[in-house]
Amino acid sequence: MHLQPEPVQVVKQRRDAALAAIVSAVPYIQYMGIQFERRGDELTAIMPFRDDLVGNPMLPALHGGATAAFLEITSVIELTWATVWQSIETGTVDPEKIQLGQNLQLPKTIDFTVDYLRSGLPRDAYARARINRSGRRYASVSVEAWQDNRSRLFAQASGHFVMPDVSADSLG
Amino acid sequence: MSATTIETAQQFIGAIPHSKALGMQIISANQGEVTMHMPYDEKFIGDPATRVIHGGAVFALLDTCCGAAVLTHPAALGSTATIDLRVDYMRPANPDQVITATATCYNITRTVAFVRAVAMDERADKPVAMASGTFVNGGAK
Repeated sequence: MHLQPEPVQVVKQRRDAALAAIVSAVPYIQYMGIQFERRGDELTAIMPFRDDLVGNPMLPALHGGATAAFLEITSVIELTWATVWQSIETGTVDPEKIQLGQNLQLPKTIDFTVDYLRSGLPRDAYARARINRSGRRYASVSVEAWQDNRSRLFAQASGHFVMPDVSADSLG
Repeated sequence: MSATTIETAQQFIGAIPHSKALGMQIISANQGEVTMHMPYDEKFIGDPATRVIHGGAVFALLDTCCGAAVLTHPAALGSTATIDLRVDYMRPANPDQVITATATCYNITRTVAFVRAVAMDERADKPVAMASGTFVNGGAK
């Protein structure tokens, strides 16, 4: 007899709840109004435009610091999500514990370098991060941000991170 | 520091919505060297377990401070924008403490300004973060 696969909505609900729990646990992500959309394990970060994200009111243009924070948040969540995804899918972690935000340990930024390619327009911004390498201790991440056109990046960044000690059963 | 310089610097911060929203204040500004404060705020928390502020908030302060350093340089042309900025996070900032950033515009050409900056909390013996970057030296628009 075949084992019935889990209903798709159950799988989706579990994954979405875990992602929402991680994102809502960090006050600075909430303050910046940054949201995440998920397609399978792929994440897209969205920073809806707000007047208080402006750095140059004459143009107007997004503040370089807001853009940097957006890119750094995207990187940290991508790294955390990659770890959590594996734990959920292999069943090594109880998704409910992630949903409760218990003992959520985030990667720590070592360095972050932002390349400002064009000024950020007063519009919503999008970003995706790519993990170049993630070892036991360190991870290297690249991240790209765009607005109206996916091929016209307004900023890109790369950074290094210290990964949380997973042996300490950090996720639950 | 002259009254005009600090006035210019204060106007600079007051006119930047994001810097104002994060509570940044100019402490001193003089010919390519600017010091700014950013008081602790719960909304900056990046790690809920330790209440340490997010690197992004420190980055925003360093970026603003570097831009201000460019604009107060005697050879500045009137407007600036970040070309590239790297921040090294050397240790977590202590919760509940003011972050102080000092930026120096150590070289400026007709088109580009070179800046470095350091961020400290109230424990003065070791920086929280250091920044190094290049900025546009542009004419006023």
